[in-house]
Amino acid sequence: MSQAAAAVQSDTHAEHHEELSFLHKYILPVDHKIIAMQYIFTGMIMAIIGGYFAYAFRMQLAFPGELVPLYGLVGPGEYNMLVTNHGTIMIFWVAMPVLIAGFGNYLIPLMIGCDDMVFPRLNRLSYQIFLVSALVLIASFFVRGGGFGGAWTAYPPLSSVAEYSLTDWGASLWVLAVALEFVSFLLGGINFITTTMNARAPGMKMMDIPIAVWFIVIAVILFMASVGPLIAGAVMLFMDQRLGTSFFLPSGGGDPLLWQHLFWFFGHPEVYVVLLPTMGIVADIITVFSRKKLFGYRTVLYTAFATGGLSFVVWAHHQFIAGIDPRMANVFVVTTVLISIPLAEMMFSYIATLYGGSIELKTPMLWALSFLAAFLIGGVTGIYLGASAVDVYFHDSYFVIAHFHYTFFPITIIGMFAALTFWFPKMFGRMMNETLGKIHFWGTFIPFNCIFLPLFFLGLAGQHRRIYNYNHFPDLATQELQNIRIFATVSLVVMLIFQLVFIYNFFVSMFKGEKAPNNPWNANTLEWSVPSPPPHGNFKTLPTVYRGAYEYSVPGRELDYWPQNEPSEEN
Amino acid sequence: MSMHGPIATHRSATGVPTGRLAVWWLLASEIFIFGGLVTCFVLFKLNGTPGFEDASLTSVAAGAINTFVLLTSSLSIVLAHAAIEKGDRVKSFRYIWYTIGGGVIFLGIKTYEYTGKIIHGHVITENLFWSFYYTMTGLHALHVIGGMVIMALISFDIRKGHNYQRVELIGIYWHFVDLVWIFLFPLLYIANF
Amino acid sequence: MSDAYAHPNYVKIWYWLLGLLALSVVGPMLEIPTLTIITAFGIAIVKSYLVAAYFMHLKFEKKLIWFLLILSICLLGVFFFGTAPDLMMTDGDQWIDCIADKSCVEQRL
Repeated sequence: MSQAAAAVQSDTHAEHHEELSFLHKYILPVDHKIIAMQYIFTGMIMAIIGGYFAYAFRMQLAFPGELVPLYGLVGPGEYNMLVTNHGTIMIFWVAMPVLIAGFGNYLIPLMIGCDDMVFPRLNRLSYQIFLVSALVLIASFFVRGGGFGGAWTAYPPLSSVAEYSLTDWGASLWVLAVALEFVSFLLGGINFITTTMNARAPGMKMMDIPIAVWFIVIAVILFMASVGPLIAGAVMLFMDQRLGTSFFLPSGGGDPLLWQHLFWFFGHPEVYVVLLPTMGIVADIITVFSRKKLFGYRTVLYTAFATGGLSFVVWAHHQFIAGIDPRMANVFVVTTVLISIPLAEMMFSYIATLYGGSIELKTPMLWALSFLAAFLIGGVTGIYLGASAVDVYFHDSYFVIAHFHYTFFPITIIGMFAALTFWFPKMFGRMMNETLGKIHFWGTFIPFNCIFLPLFFLGLAGQHRRIYNYNHFPDLATQELQNIRIFATVSLVVMLIFQLVFIYNFFVSMFKGEKAPNNPWNANTLEWSVPSPPPHGNFKTLPTVYRGAYEYSVPGRELDYWPQNEPSEEN
Repeated sequence: MSMHGPIATHRSATGVPTGRLAVWWLLASEIFIFGGLVTCFVLFKLNGTPGFEDASLTSVAAGAINTFVLLTSSLSIVLAHAAIEKGDRVKSFRYIWYTIGGGVIFLGIKTYEYTGKIIHGHVITENLFWSFYYTMTGLHALHVIGGMVIMALISFDIRKGHNYQRVELIGIYWHFVDLVWIFLFPLLYIANF
Repeated sequence: MSDAYAHPNYVKIWYWLLGLLALSVVGPMLEIPTLTIITAFGIAIVKSYLVAAYFMHLKFEKKLIWFLLILSICLLGVFFFGTAPDLMMTDGDQWIDCIADKSCVEQRL
């Protein structure tokens, strides 16, 4: 852009703002940074609820029939409710709000060099709808009959007929909560996409955008394209529940399989919706802590496009044993195995980025590296499941649970901690304690593997999922298998206890941590060029961008990093 | 033109103004929602599910009049946009309210249709056709109402001299509502295929 | 704020739309299935093109937007063709065609 236009943009709008009241600053903010924190804190609270549910049902599995400390007795219906809502909460109320809405909101305007999202009030509305959705879900636990227990996949007729689900209002509130969450993210997504497309700093070409931003935007596009049919399906399910229509009931001419297709057409792209933001965040972290350029920026970008595109044609691999035509299954096997190729390429690019770098094992880097290691296991075990013949045995077994926890846990939890520890200095203006960070890291990562690695073997032994007491199945009630269940549960309790280290570190550092400079990690992207925390309006002078985001260790330069907004000598 | 809001809103690296870009993304996601419902309808219909011959019971006259009403209201909102582009606030305001009037007539005819059908026993639970009929036209009607409310708000805004660009944006949304109806009409009112 | 293009004649487009509407109502009355499909749905597609291109100004918009819309419709097609075999192919030994003779209700399926 011309000098004159750049000059016009340099006066920020911060000048014509009076000091806002507490209400307008923290409860009804339009500033993307505060809205981001609202999403992150809400997500973290929901994570505690989701984790608590996991604790309760794992205790029931390890010590069946016994009172769970700090919870009570877990009967069969209760177990189903815990398992259903653990999954639902972790995906929709933890992964998406923290990684996409939270970090997306915080990072996008900063990383592309503008002063806020393009529609701040829409941004605020998105959070408000999201909060209502969380409250509706929590309300569903307290209505007569209790919370919905038909699994996060909510297949009808179980989910659509109250006589079967035994949770008449719980089921409807669950559907309503999920639908509201979808609307919130649709609105938020419009903000993210238009901001990134239009509001970039002058000089920031498409290939200069940091991968974290690219991947969050691609994820949001995937979400917007895949959720529509499921919103239609949710409306139909709600009507089946409350009005007695038969969209999914064969006796009325409907078809339960239709729900499965509507759900998984969304459900499969959804896993990439949550994966891509973490992959993007990890790319930004590993480049900073290996002081090295991203290996193959364009390749990484194109693999993300390929993964996104292919993700729309793999969904029926969740339905291999639902009675689908085996010829259709063949098609979906091929596409499912194909999708592992761009993802593998992405992983290889990340490993190539690390190779030969000056690795600094700070806490964020530990999280990023452990993400790669754990996700690798999750990813390759998915290939087994993608082969329909193998899936006949493994479907609905603990092998599947282990597979998706080796993908979802790195995505959600490891990704969340990687992002939090990396951007904490920017967000709160203080450094977190490194020692406590490392203790928390090992205290999470080792127990995580102790919980889920054994689950693969339980799956191989034939243990099916969504069963509240294996004593009822003689083949599975052996002491050997029960020891494995107890081991996994004890590991979970250990892991939960170590989270206290993080909570302590997080809150104490926020107030007493060492003050953080603008750029504690010596990174290139634009958010590190402003004070920690950034002022309202982000940039005193809106930046112009001169290069890509990954110019680390450029030969001939004294410093091993080169911020995007620093003019080169020629300018 | 408005200069409220962050500087980000007024940048345009793509060349498409941000508000318009946002409305197109909104429409893209709405295509998936309505498209999802329509696809399910078509799947059941082509499968020969009983009940879909009831499309002959919906009044083609009512449907055709409603199509005419929406097409005309699409014309009036685009004329409102042409007027405000020349700065004619008064004319634009009038045309926006003609469009809202069209919406009222549309909803009136739909109410008349619904009442008639329900009295004759064609309720939402009768068979899958009627379930889809009420769901699809109901969701469409909610979008009509939403559009009318926003149009009214924009009309008052432009009368005060603010945010002229929003007339075009609500126009694009309204045209989409019209487009959905253009497809719902043959699906729900024409039976013999 | 306005882009540099001459406005199409909106009223003329409206006349075309009304004419097409009339055709799409009359066509099905002749009760020939193929003709019904062409007039009812074919004309719906033509009408949508006219509304999209002229009223929504897509003809004067960046190609990016057309691309976005066409892609959305293609993805819906993917959903349709991926689901149709499951919902619409009912051969196979285990399939009970109970909907037609209403025996689903007795069996409480």
